[in-house]
This record gives sequence, structure tokens and C-alpha cells, in this order.
Amino acid sequence: MTRGRVPWPLVIPAALGLAFLVLPPAGLVLRAPWSTLGARLAEPQVLAALRLSLVTATLATGLCLLLGVPLAWALARGGFRGRNLVRALVTVPLVLPPVVGGVALLTVLGRNGIVGRWLEAAFGVTLPFSTAGVVLAEAFVAMPFLVISVEGALRGVDPRYEEAAATLGASRWTIFRRVTLPMVAPGVAAGAILCWARALGEFGATITFAGNFPGRTQTMPLAVYLALETDPQAAIVLSLVLLAVCTAILALLRDRWVSGP
Amino acid sequence: MTAGLQARLVVRRGEFVLDLSLEAAAGEVVALLGPNGAGKTTALRALAGLVPLAEGHVRLDGEPVHRLAVERRPVGVVFQDYLLFPHMTALDNVAFGPRCRGVPRRRARRRAAEWLRRVGLEGHEDRRPRELSGGQAQRVALARALAVEPRLLLLDEPLAALDAHTRSQIRSGLRRHLADFAGVAIVVTHDPLDAMALADRLVVVERGRLVQQGPPAEVARRPRSDYVARLVGVNLCRGRAEGRLIALHGSPVRLETDRPVQGEVFAAFAPSSVALCAERPEGGPHGRWRARVEAVERHGDRIRVELGGPLQASADVAPAAVAELGLVEGNEVWARVEAAEVRAYPV
Repeated sequence: MTRGRVPWPLVIPAALGLAFLVLPPAGLVLRAPWSTLGARLAEPQVLAALRLSLVTATLATGLCLLLGVPLAWALARGGFRGRNLVRALVTVPLVLPPVVGGVALLTVLGRNGIVGRWLEAAFGVTLPFSTAGVVLAEAFVAMPFLVISVEGALRGVDPRYEEAAATLGASRWTIFRRVTLPMVAPGVAAGAILCWARALGEFGATITFAGNFPGRTQTMPLAVYLALETDPQAAIVLSLVLLAVCTAILALLRDRWVSGP
Repeated sequence: MTAGLQARLVVRRGEFVLDLSLEAAAGEVVALLGPNGAGKTTALRALAGLVPLAEGHVRLDGEPVHRLAVERRPVGVVFQDYLLFPHMTALDNVAFGPRCRGVPRRRARRRAAEWLRRVGLEGHEDRRPRELSGGQAQRVALARALAVEPRLLLLDEPLAALDAHTRSQIRSGLRRHLADFAGVAIVVTHDPLDAMALADRLVVVERGRLVQQGPPAEVARRPRSDYVARLVGVNLCRGRAEGRLIALHGSPVRLETDRPVQGEVFAAFAPSSVALCAERPEGGPHGRWRARVEAVERHGDRIRVELGGPLQASADVAPAAVAELGLVEGNEVWARVEAAEVRAYPV
């Protein structure tokens, strides 16, 4: 079959699909109030939301790396029973509506939550409606992306490299640190970027668990939603900023990890 | 205290059982030779601690090491496809072992550079494994295994991944390094040439069991299994000897030998000692038979003829004989082996 000759029952839906995906962001660019863009971007509320978004997404990614890489390692290398069940549990936040995730977080880490009550009594720590709560909500939603990506990378590493390291005298921890981890570094980086992008766009779990307090828990997506009700132009500007950030991430990823065959 | 290696390795894996006793003196190079799936690599992995023993022991210089974790055994391994860490330079690969065993960084790197120099890779310290040729990677792997100063060096098919030309070069280099090595070296291979060239002693393993061991020349002269016979390229049969006459099992043919033996024997004779002729050969009735040609193929500058009929054997003849004798599959010829060419030795 000649390459490029696609039957028309496929061409039309394909073209529609492409338009459907490309037009809305394009509309965002077209309708942006370019003349006042500079002034609007410099508004302290926008800057505060942007800063909060970048900081919390980065912290959430850090938390995901800290917990998710060992979890991925256990899933890929651990010989324990019920591994498939654990893997299924890990992916739950992926399919769960984020709002439900937020409610779930409240029931556990909220002031009257199972763990939250104890945290407050023992340490005086309250997580809901705080910046830390934003980080937790984002990490909850974004971690499966990291775990799945890193586990895939770990499965791609020939375990005999780890055996070779063991015969050279390396302990399991040294093997992980100096052999396994460097070999899956591209997978970890790809996973971290996906995770970060997901955390940056997080809305449902964040607003449910952390609320919408400017400067403290109001991230960019929350600011966009709020602005839409009062000042649609501002919502477009904020959306444009998120679009720019995400496009930059995609460009960063494309060169190294997402390029097709 | 006994220097060297004493081991009994029992590993069970489903139907397959490896049960192998191995002994080797310090400084000795032993080749584990056997067909694919014989359990050679499993034996090597058991010695390294990568496969648990169901039974048995591994003693090195009198000290039991089979309960030590892999990373604590005084063992160096050269893996079949080398398994050099792709994200490290050649130098860091070699320095990895000493670093893990507590040598300070700078000293480990100096030692690694010294080992790279010894295997002839001076100036390649900063290369990554993917920038090395197969022969260079093999030498880095050898340097990496030797840099931990093991008392037992294990090499799994160390030359199998190389092309023919590189292989003979690397083989002679490896032979030199093994000769210099003070501990016990065990080389797993299925290539008789590698085994003969590298080892002081061959241990032949088939289906998880030892079938024969001895110095290479001895194994080649007196093979004790069909596999070994094929490997060293001789015809092997079993029979019962009385004086100079051997009555073969499962064959009406009787072979003659020039040294008297008694009882159950192996009889070995080289394909080049089998003469083929059109007419019944002169002389006595022994060592000659009517054979059917089963296959004819080139073998160097000779022609290898596989013979069926009363006695399965190979014969090497000059190319001209193919036309003269009509050596075509299915045709029949007379075959002859003289007594002086038949080696008979007790089973």
C-alpha cells in the first residue's frame, strides 16, 4: 500500500479530531488581549498565583520522586505477592475524578480525618487549606504518572547489570544508587516532567482539599476559574501563561523522550 | 588449609538437576565444557552466589564461602556479554569494584588505570562502553573482574561475542592474563578451541553431570562421550575387547587395535584414518566393513563423508576420491581402519 493514501472515512474524522484539539488553544491565542497583556501579567495576584503554582508543582514532583521511585522499584524488582494488586492501587488516582481524590484526602488528612486529627493533636499540624495541602493534593493526583513511567524504565533494565554489580562487591543500596538509578535516569526525568505538568494543572483535588485562598492555596488553574466569573479577559491571560508553560515542557520532552519512530 | 577451590554444586530447577563436583588448585585454569543447556552457566552462577545451592558447598582456600552473599565472595566474574555499565567510562567501570570494597576514590581510580594498562587499553580510560569495540569491551570486563583481586575468577563464554579474527587475538591475550592469575580460574565455554587454548584441565559437563575431566590433550585423545568425540573430531564407539580384538556393541564390525586390552572399552579413531575404497580391501576380516554414504560435505581442504550402515563413522578423504569412488548419498563403499589407528581404552 502506498504510504500517505488514507481512505476518506479515516481522513475526515482525523482532520476533525486534529481541529478539535488544535482550535481551542489557537482561540486562546487569538482572543488574548495582547495590548494589555504586559500590564495584566504584572499584576501581583497573577504573579502570586504563578509563583505558587510553580513552587507547589515542583515540591509535589519532589515528593513524588522521593516516594514514587522506591515504589516503582518495589513494583519492578520486588518479589512480593499481590504485586499486581499494588500496581492497580497505585493507578487508582489516575482514573479517580480529582474532586473525589480531594474528598478522600479530607477524610484522611482533614482536621477530623483519621490521620489529620492525630497530626493536629501530636504536632499541631493542619494540612487542609494550607500550601502544604496544595502540594499533597497535587502529589496525590500526579504520582501515578511518575510511578508508571519509572517502573516501565526499570523493567527495561537488564537485571544482570545488577548481578554484575553485586559480584563486584556492591550492596543492594549501592547497586540501586550507582547502577540502576543512572540507567533509568531518562525514564525518571520523563516521569518527573509528566508528573510536574499534571501537578501544575491540578484543579479538583486542590480546590476540594486546600481551598482557594489567594497567595496561599490559589494556584493558576484556580485563579483561572475564579477570574472567569469576574474578569474573562484575565482568565484568558492566565490560561495563556499555563499554555505557554506546558508547551515549553512539551518541547523540552519532545526532543529526548516523546519523539516517535 | 587447602589452597584452591573445592566445590560440590547441586542446583535444581524443575526437571533439570545440576550435580557437579569441582576441584581446582590455585593458579589452575579449568574449562567447563559442554553443550548448550548442560548447566555450565548455572554452575558458574552458583559459584558466584547468583544461584542458591540446593545442596553442596564452595570452599576457597579451605574457607567455606557458599553462605556468603554475592557481594562478599572473593570472586570476580566476566559475563558473556560483559555487562559493562553503560553510563560509566571504562575507568569508572573498572574502579567500581574496588570502590565498593572500600578503596578510596583516588586509589581505586589509580588501580583501575593500572589494570586498563595491563590489558592494553591505555588511553581508553574515558571511553564509554558503547564507544569500545567488542574486543576492547571484553578486556575492560576482564580488567573489571580482576581489579577486585578475586581468589576465584569466573568467565562465562568470554570469547563467544567476538568475531573470528578478534577472537584469536583476544584468546591469546586472555591466555596470558589467566596464566598470570594467582587464584583459580574457571572458564565456561562450548567452544573446544577456546577450552583447549585456555585451560590446564577440561571438565566436560552434560545434562548437569560431569562426564569426563582431564588435561586437554588427554581428553582429546581419549574422549568418553559422543559429545566430546564430536567436539574433538574423532569417531568413538564402545565395545568389548579381548586381546587385540574389539567386538563393538550394536554392530557386527570388529575393530583391531595394536595394544592388547581386556573388557569394556572405548575405541577411538580419527576420520582421517578411515580409508574408503571401491573393492573389498585386502587382508584380514577385521576393521573393514561395507558402509553406506549418508552425507558428503567440505571440511577444509578435505571432504568429510558421513558413513552409515553397520558402523556410524566419519571419514575424511581427498576431493578426488568423491569422483573416483562415486561418493554420493545412498551409494555403498568399503571402509577400512588399520589397527595402528585405533586407540582402545577402558570405560
